[in-house]
Amino acid sequence: MFASKTIRWVAAAALALTASGAMAFEPAGKVECIAPSDPGGGWDFTCRSVGNVLEELELVPASVQTINMAGAGGGVAFAHTVSKRKGDDQLLVAASTATTTRLAQGQFPGMNVDMVNWIGAVGADYGVIAVSKDSPYHDLNSLMDAMKEDPRSVKFAGGSANGGWDHLKVLIAAKAAGVENLPRIPYLSYNNGGEAMTQVIGGHVDAFTGDITETQGFLESGDLRVLAVLSDERLPGDLSNIPTAKEQGIDAVGPNWRGFYMPADIDEDAKQYWVDAVDKLYASDQWKKVMKSNGLMPFHPDSSEFEAFVKQQINDIQSLSKEIGLIQ
Amino acid sequence: METLHYLSLGFGVALQPENLLFALMGCFIGTLIGALPGLGPANGVAILIPLAFTLGLKPETALIMLTAVYAGAMYGGRISSILLNIPGDEPAMMTCLDGYPMARQGKAAEALAISAIASFMGSLIATIGLILLAPLLARFALTFGPAEYFALFVLAFATLGGITGKNPMKTLMAAAIGLIIATVGIDLSTGTQRYTFGVLELYEGVDFIIAIVGLFAVSELLFFIEEKAGAGREMIKVNPLKLKWRDITSIFPTTLRGGVLGFIAGVLPGAGASLGSFISYTLEKKILGKKGYFGEGDPRGVAAPESGNNGASSGALVPMLTLGVPGSGTTAVLLAMLVSLNITPGPLMFTQNADLVWGVIAALLVGNFMLLLLNIPLVGVFVKILSVPPMYLLPIVTMVAVVGIYSISHSTFDLYFMIAFGVAGYILRKLEIPLVPVILGLLLGPEMEKNLRHAMQISDGDWSILWSSGLSIGLWLVAIIGLLLPVVVGPILRRRMQAAKEKVG
Repeated sequence: MFASKTIRWVAAAALALTASGAMAFEPAGKVECIAPSDPGGGWDFTCRSVGNVLEELELVPASVQTINMAGAGGGVAFAHTVSKRKGDDQLLVAASTATTTRLAQGQFPGMNVDMVNWIGAVGADYGVIAVSKDSPYHDLNSLMDAMKEDPRSVKFAGGSANGGWDHLKVLIAAKAAGVENLPRIPYLSYNNGGEAMTQVIGGHVDAFTGDITETQGFLESGDLRVLAVLSDERLPGDLSNIPTAKEQGIDAVGPNWRGFYMPADIDEDAKQYWVDAVDKLYASDQWKKVMKSNGLMPFHPDSSEFEAFVKQQINDIQSLSKEIGLIQ
Repeated sequence: METLHYLSLGFGVALQPENLLFALMGCFIGTLIGALPGLGPANGVAILIPLAFTLGLKPETALIMLTAVYAGAMYGGRISSILLNIPGDEPAMMTCLDGYPMARQGKAAEALAISAIASFMGSLIATIGLILLAPLLARFALTFGPAEYFALFVLAFATLGGITGKNPMKTLMAAAIGLIIATVGIDLSTGTQRYTFGVLELYEGVDFIIAIVGLFAVSELLFFIEEKAGAGREMIKVNPLKLKWRDITSIFPTTLRGGVLGFIAGVLPGAGASLGSFISYTLEKKILGKKGYFGEGDPRGVAAPESGNNGASSGALVPMLTLGVPGSGTTAVLLAMLVSLNITPGPLMFTQNADLVWGVIAALLVGNFMLLLLNIPLVGVFVKILSVPPMYLLPIVTMVAVVGIYSISHSTFDLYFMIAFGVAGYILRKLEIPLVPVILGLLLGPEMEKNLRHAMQISDGDWSILWSSGLSIGLWLVAIIGLLLPVVVGPILRRRMQAAKEKVG
């Protein structure tokens, strides 16, 4: 009895010691960042640009090596992190709303949100609903009114698969506007936003759903009219003349955030180090410059709330996906 | 005017030292690949794709290198046609007809020089055509809705075998294999997984690049192991070059006609470079009639097919860049590369990726000059390499393929997959089933399916949307012609090509 108590004491003391030792957690040597896509995509950008700024700010000892691990829309990288990298405290994995969407819809079989550590977000790209310049619709309400009358009257084109984030944004807005019969709304899925926009501008499809950065080229040329941006407040800079859905009376927000998760079973201190690192990065001038030149918008939930935000987003997407019959 | 602005932008990209270096490297390797009998341009580009990934090249640099390989292979094909009477690749077949006789008459150097100049002219004319036509066609692409795209893909499949294709049934089978493989992965229109059996690596479907490198590069290696083709072939010695200015000016009209004809053949989907060289040769023979001595070493008989096939190779880039529909096997491989770099061909690419598209076009012009320089004074180098046994070359190819594919995804699964494709490619080639339609089926199948379903969604299930516009009706008509023509004219053309070849052989 007494002996076991002592042992427990010793163990606790030892734990405290190692913990205080790890208080000064500092990454040593190589830090890796997995981009779960081929080079050139959004996740690849997240890894490379964050890696560069982390180096500049000297938050990492040497360099951050970006590793592309494409497959299953991030599923291969997620599985790799869960099964092979447990406890690796020098590994960041790029994530975004696409990751939470797939987690919510059970597209990473046998895996869930609790199997990794969610670190933080470094910005977001906000959803938009847009039409071609010749379209009869001039604001979000007229578009939604037409859909209330007949959900099949407006056909949407977007760059994600059916049930993917671009599709969900339409549903979020339509639901907030009071459109009934959501599964009836036609959504045409293209390989990417560019292809979808070309079809909308060519007059073949009625409306475009995507992210604001995707629309910039056609916004400047005047071919595309953005009816609403799905953000809490108006966006900064040149984009401040685009009305939000909220101010048009439709309470719909759709941030496509960019951030990171890490493997499970890492020390609390190591996790704290990386959470702080992401906070410092987000506050830095260097990162603000990166955001500005790449059209990334402010989005950075408080580090204590990030995990809760991720889970909330997953819950929302789950209930919406059930509503349209995508999952049971 | 706008075009000129973009073109100068393109030269800014193409003339960066790094890009110049890789263009030069591409030209050199391309010529080499073209010269080696058996290794065609599609294989050449497929082999070099992993290299681009291994070196971690920027998208524009990677594409510049690959288009340089493509252009170089078209130049290189003629070398073995002239010296060995074995075409380095299929489009160079017609060059044997007059090239080899010239070489036997002790004018090998002249034949090589004339064909290099003709290649240069053909390429130059077609690149100018590309510069003029592509932006126009890109803007026109906005009028393509789902129904029109569907008709266009049907057209691409209908003309797949090409007019000179050998066995239509086998072509069809090959395309069907490609279509079957293309169904693996997530179905974009419903979000359901098809044929993935819970294997995460299959969720996004089969990666084109892995399929291409496996089918072309790895199967090539297997063939080599089987043949143990160690020995070089007996070759005609190259004499010192004696080329007069008059010799060049005399082939000038021929190259002009050949380049234009080749360009047109290249733009048409399915026709490709072989047809380009064939029709420019036959036309030249018709025009000059008795004034020429075709088949017995007429320099114009060397110039016509070479300007034709090089013209066609640049022409084939037009539909690929503007509509995303490749006009030949090699452009299909290039398209796969574009897609894997997250770049979508079409009107958007010409503005949003202007530096890339115009950089590649400018590099095509620059590369053409490089190729001319490489192919006249340095032709001796290639001739020497041609006599090196391939046993030193192919292990390098294997290494590059393995490292390159691994560096894309860091997954050993992809490597096994690549090897599986290599074995499949080997078996298909043994059965004489062409590989290019497999790739086209794989690349175009999902697009065709997607557009059909989109058309149906837009029309709420009314099939008549598929032929409701003038454009789509036109495309259907061309598709029908493309399907019938090989049956009617094909045998005649093939017989003539065969007869012409036998006369020399």
